[in-house]
Amino acid sequence: MSVSKEEVQYVAGLAKLHLSEEEISILSRDMNAILGYMELLNNLDTSDVEPLEHVIELSKTYRADKAHEPLTHEKALKNAPDADSDYFRVPKVIE
Amino acid sequence: MSKQTIRSVQKRIASGKLRLRNLVAEHLSTIEKRNSDINAVTHIDYESAYERADNIEAKIKEGKAGPLAGAIIGIKEAICEAGKPATCASNILRNFKSVYNATVIDRMHNDDALFLARHNMDEFAMGSTNEYSVHGTVRNPHNIGYVTGGSSGGSAAAVAAQFVQASLGSDTGGSIRQPAAYCGVVGLKPSYGRVSRYGLIAYASSFDTIGPLTNTVEDAALILGSIAGHDKNDMTSVTNPVADYMYAVDNPNKNIRIGIPEEYFGEGLDAEIHQKIMSLIYQLEVDGATLVPIKLPHSEYAISTYYILATAEASSNLARYDGVRYGHRASIDQIKELESEDTALNKMYKLSRTQGFGMEVKRRIMLGTYVLSSGYYNAYYAKAQKVRRLIQQDFLQAFEQVDIIVSPTAPTTAFPIGSKLDEPVQMYLNDIYTISANLAGIGGINVPIGFHSNGLPMGLQFMASVFEEERLIASARLIERLQT
Repeated sequence: MSVSKEEVQYVAGLAKLHLSEEEISILSRDMNAILGYMELLNNLDTSDVEPLEHVIELSKTYRADKAHEPLTHEKALKNAPDADSDYFRVPKVIE
Repeated sequence: MSKQTIRSVQKRIASGKLRLRNLVAEHLSTIEKRNSDINAVTHIDYESAYERADNIEAKIKEGKAGPLAGAIIGIKEAICEAGKPATCASNILRNFKSVYNATVIDRMHNDDALFLARHNMDEFAMGSTNEYSVHGTVRNPHNIGYVTGGSSGGSAAAVAAQFVQASLGSDTGGSIRQPAAYCGVVGLKPSYGRVSRYGLIAYASSFDTIGPLTNTVEDAALILGSIAGHDKNDMTSVTNPVADYMYAVDNPNKNIRIGIPEEYFGEGLDAEIHQKIMSLIYQLEVDGATLVPIKLPHSEYAISTYYILATAEASSNLARYDGVRYGHRASIDQIKELESEDTALNKMYKLSRTQGFGMEVKRRIMLGTYVLSSGYYNAYYAKAQKVRRLIQQDFLQAFEQVDIIVSPTAPTTAFPIGSKLDEPVQMYLNDIYTISANLAGIGGINVPIGFHSNGLPMGLQFMASVFEEERLIASARLIERLQT
C-alpha cells in the first residue's frame, strides 16, 4: 500500500491540519516508509485472535452521586486565548 | 555532590548536619552552572523553594516529616503542577499554566517532597532523543554532543547532572527507561494502572504511565511507594494493595528465576552492552539465581504494533487542541487571509493546530488519523490490537516459568545529536527493547551498569509481571550492589 499526496492532503483535512506543499511531501515520504515497515504485521495470521483493548482487567468502580466543587469560571477561563467574564470567545463563524 | 539517597539526606537534616535550604541553594547553583549547556530545566520555582525547605526541615526536626522530606524533585513538563507552566514542550501550550495538580504531585507533596524544577521533554512525549522540543534539544551530561534519549530526556539529564535529587517522567513506549539508560540513572516504569494518570497530559492513554528517575534504586522505591495506588480521579488506576517497596530494597531476594529472552540479545545489540549484562547475570547466578532461556516470539512485531496503536490514540487525544479553550490560537488576520474553502471556524482550528504542533507531532497525528480512517481501520488498527494480545500472551507465558526478565534497555549507548532526525523508522527502532512492556502493560526498570569504552553510560532492563514492582526493585538492587 502506498500513500499518495492527495491522500495525505485528505488525511490532513480529517486531522484539522493545514499543511504546506513541503510538509506534504515530507509526510508522504515518511508515512510511506513507516507504513511500509508496518506491513510486517501481515506475516501474522490473527484470524483466531481476540483484539486486546485493555491491558489490565478493570473492576467496575462507582462514585457517590454527589456534587463536587467544579473549577471556578476564573480558573477555567485562565488559559483561554480569548474570553470574557463568563465565556470562551471565538471569531465570528457565521458569514 | 555524592549520590546520597533521600533517606540519608533526611537523617543528616534530622541530626543537624545539613540544612535543607543550603541543599536547595547547592542544587540551584549546579543548575545555574550547567543548565545552559544541558537544557534540562525549563522552569525553576524560586518563589517558594526556600520557605518550603524551612517548613520541611522543621517537620523533620519535630519527627513529623513524610517519607519524601529532604527530596528535591523535578517534574516533566507533561505532568501538571498548579500555577506552573505545563507546556509539554509544545508551541501550542507555550503559555499554558495548569490550574490543578496531578495526583502524583499531591501525593508527593503530602509526603513532603520539594518541587524545585520543571523538565524539558520531547513535544507531547513523542520522541526518543529529546530533540523535538520548543525549548530546544536536551544534551547528555556525560557528553553534550550526544542525545539524552527521550522523551523524558530532561528528567534523566537533570538527575544525572545533580540538578535535582530525583524526577518524575512518563513512559509510553520507553520514555523513562531509555533516557535513564542513556544518562546513567535509574528509571522505573510501573505497570499500567499502578500509578494514577490524572494530571498527566495524555499522549496514548492505553500505554501512558508515570514513574521516577533517580540516582539509586532506593530512591525509585521510595517515590513509587508515594505515588502508587488507586485514585478516584483515574478509573484505570487499580485498587490492588501497594507492596512495601523499601522492604524489597533492604532485603532483595537472591533466589530468583531470571528469564533471558533470545530475541533481545540478537542482531543490532552493541557487543559491549551484551557482554556487560551477561557478566552481571552470571554473578547473580553464582549468588543463587537460576537463569532460564526463554522466547518472546512476537517481539519483532512490537514496534509496528505500538506505532499504529499509539499514534491512533494520539490523534484522538490531541484533537482537544483546537485553539478555543486553551493553547495557541492563530491571529484573526491570519485566519481571514487564509485562502481556503473552509468555514472561518475550520480555518481557525487548522491554522492554530498547524502553527502549534511540531513536525514529529504532526507526523504522528497524520499516521494515527490515517490508520483510523475508513478503509484502513481493519488493516492497521484492528490488526494491531490483535497482535498486541499475542505480545501480551508471550509475557504471560514467560512469567509462568520465570520471576523476572532481563534485557538491554536500548541497543546502543546514546548517539550524536542530529544523527537520526531524518529517519523516523530508525528513530523508532531505538525503542525496540522497551516498547513491549507498554504493549503488555507490565513494569520495567533501567539500572545503570557502568560506562561503555566510548565513555557513555550503559543500561540493563528488568521486566516483571503486572503489579510486581517489588520484584523489579529487588532485582535492580542486586545489580546495583554488584557494582558498588
